[in-house]
Amino acid sequence: MGTSICFYFQVHQPFRLRQYSVFDVGKNHNYFDDVKNKAICQKVANKCYLPANKTILGLIKKHPEFKVSYSISGVALDQFEAYAPEVLETFKQLAATGNVEFLDETYYHSLAFLYSKKEFKHQVLEHRAKIQKLFGVTPQVFRNTELIFNNELAHTVEEMGYKGILAEGADRVMGWRSPNYVYRPRTTSKIKLLLKNYKLSDDVAFRFSNRLWNEYPLTTPKYTHWLASSEGQTINLFMDYETFGEHQWEDTGIFEFLRHLPVEVARHPHLSFKTPSEVIADNEPVGEMDIHNLISWADMERDLSAWLGNKMQQSALKEIYLLEEKIEKRIKAEDKKGNEYLKRSFTHLLMDWRKLQTSDHFYYMCTKWFSDGDVHKYFNPYDSPYEAFITFMNVLNDMIVRLQKK
Amino acid sequence: MNMDRGKIRVLMFGWEFPPIKSGGLGTACYGITKGLAQHGVMTTFVLPHAYKQQECDFAQVEGLFDRYKEVYDHTVKVVHVNSLIRPYQNVDSYSEEVTHYHTEVVKKKKNDGMKQIYSNNLFEEVERYAQMSKMIALDGEYDLIHCHDWMTYQAGIAAKKAIHKPLIIHVHATEFDRTGGHPNQHVYDIEHYGMHEADMIMAVSEFTKGMICEHYGIAPSKVCVIHNAVENADRVFDKGQVEYRPGDKVVLFLGRVTLQKGPDYFLKAAVKVKELEPNVKFIVAGSGDMEAKLIRGAAEMGLAKDMLFTGFLQGEDVDRAFQLADVYVMPSVSEPFGITPLESLINGTPVIISKQSGVSEVLSHCLKVDFWDIDRLVNQIVAVLRHKILADEMVQNGQREVKKLTWERVGAKVKQVYNEMVA
Repeated sequence: MGTSICFYFQVHQPFRLRQYSVFDVGKNHNYFDDVKNKAICQKVANKCYLPANKTILGLIKKHPEFKVSYSISGVALDQFEAYAPEVLETFKQLAATGNVEFLDETYYHSLAFLYSKKEFKHQVLEHRAKIQKLFGVTPQVFRNTELIFNNELAHTVEEMGYKGILAEGADRVMGWRSPNYVYRPRTTSKIKLLLKNYKLSDDVAFRFSNRLWNEYPLTTPKYTHWLASSEGQTINLFMDYETFGEHQWEDTGIFEFLRHLPVEVARHPHLSFKTPSEVIADNEPVGEMDIHNLISWADMERDLSAWLGNKMQQSALKEIYLLEEKIEKRIKAEDKKGNEYLKRSFTHLLMDWRKLQTSDHFYYMCTKWFSDGDVHKYFNPYDSPYEAFITFMNVLNDMIVRLQKK
Repeated sequence: MNMDRGKIRVLMFGWEFPPIKSGGLGTACYGITKGLAQHGVMTTFVLPHAYKQQECDFAQVEGLFDRYKEVYDHTVKVVHVNSLIRPYQNVDSYSEEVTHYHTEVVKKKKNDGMKQIYSNNLFEEVERYAQMSKMIALDGEYDLIHCHDWMTYQAGIAAKKAIHKPLIIHVHATEFDRTGGHPNQHVYDIEHYGMHEADMIMAVSEFTKGMICEHYGIAPSKVCVIHNAVENADRVFDKGQVEYRPGDKVVLFLGRVTLQKGPDYFLKAAVKVKELEPNVKFIVAGSGDMEAKLIRGAAEMGLAKDMLFTGFLQGEDVDRAFQLADVYVMPSVSEPFGITPLESLINGTPVIISKQSGVSEVLSHCLKVDFWDIDRLVNQIVAVLRHKILADEMVQNGQREVKKLTWERVGAKVKQVYNEMVA
């Protein structure tokens, strides 16, 4: 039995908030910075999404054995539709090759699982419907925002019908075990767990262009040699899609690196490319993983401290989920009364509320930015985590004002 | 003394130490001297002051270093010079003072042999100080001369010419900062002359370095940036001493009430904050030439009851003011450094600082704003007042950051520059 190389790329862009001040509260309900979001979306499209999609399309045409998978957040898809339709077009072309798998996640790239199971399920189903509509496929594998994971999540997702789920191969849960095998999460009976090989993933995602790294420069033959000498059923290479062209600029040679990969891998007969669903279908779990405490793929800590590490973040998250029930109640009440205008107005509020759940808003409030600083600053629209909190709370207060509307 | 062989001996023309008339300049001079002493640099500190203050003030100045005798013994020596110059003096305030001195003080003490010693205007007095400095320089042995802000530049140059040692000019503020971009030509000329005569310039921030290079035509390679620091001591008072009326929130302005510090922007913001948060009080702590205008303005804007003017504060009262406040605002138009935000954090009060400040280069756990952006400032003030969580987070992280800004580290940096210059 050979070893598979399983790529999953994360594609996400949040709806960033505009500079929403205390003077806007109760007066202005436009929260999002359309100009900035459009500019960033198009910039990243030109630097990453378009050239990367083109590269991968070309690779699949030339090497029919090359396969990858994507998870694209709903809010990113929304922005592609509005600002960069050609990105969506190339993803559709990728879908048509049959070599590309699309995974499900929460539509809003949110932390809903931690606060409301009901909202979580809604967002997953909304995402599933969007993928079906755009790409004509129904995702079988789930990945939660930032690979946040525990047993309970696996259990919930299994109940929703998914065959597989992804997580970070964090040292503290792996212990002596290797991430290169398929596992079964505790409290589940069918779903299979794929764990990120963070060392080999981060070699590409973070270290590729680091001149201080003793393995610099990372050539395709060298990297393929590392892959070939890794033992196991599968090597799960999970990373942000922005690695190609955005985190690692084109002039670092990252696209060339990718372009040579299928040829180099072909020199090792025991290696093959597989999508997450194929890995799951071809392999039985070698053991059980018991992950009670939440893990993620973020920072050195691989925990939730990037979103929940300080009291501002905790408070903002708590406050936003307190609105769930209130918004629903008002929609139902107006529906009953047959007041179409107010019903529409509260439905619109519900949509805004969901976009406010995107994890990035809380990530921007992170104060532990001295060790992992540069990553946190990536497209961060704020001067400081305090500004992020202030803007978010102003918007939240406006939503509360809107809820009182008669 | 064999022990002292090889130690760097610096002749420093500085300003009075806290708690006397503590402005940023005096605080920085004290901090730098202390930091240098901790690294074994021998400092002779030349200190101008008016004769009349001698009896009451000097004991304290000396005492500051006496308290740490084991550290400072033999490393810091203070030389007193009888002069009316003092920091933040301008042409008008000097005239007022010298007139007062000649009519009141000298007249009263007619019979004790005192005569008119001070010059009739500030520039002559600065010149007179420079003449005296030459004698002081020749009276000892020094490796370097280090002087602080424009009134000491001529003294520094005179000393340099007398003993032929390298001159360092330490820029805590330029005339552009003090006047909001409308410099007094004579002061500018002295600054310009000093900077060009200096062998090295120390700027308190990149912000100030930029000013020096842009407005005075100095090559960037001749300017090094030495950020200021702050004394980290726990300062706690009884709750009764630091509480306003229960439930009322307090927004603080603390600094000289002059154009440079942006008190008018504070007033404009206060008016808008009041509309959003009716139970807020505003405290203006400090004095300066804009005080009367500000008091009138507050009354005209309907803030007479809500904006309190404390006048000039010193010593523990400064700490008390910080602790009383819920947020400290420094809306400076042009702030070369700005130590007060660091003091505010030490006292447990979150800070909002103007982006036009040097301190914003070393402090990240605070809110920053362009001094002219009133609405943005109001947004920040209201948020800090409304969200205790925000205030707590800013203070907690800010204090951790401030703890790293020690004069000891400043001393090490300055000494390194000294070493390069005497080598």
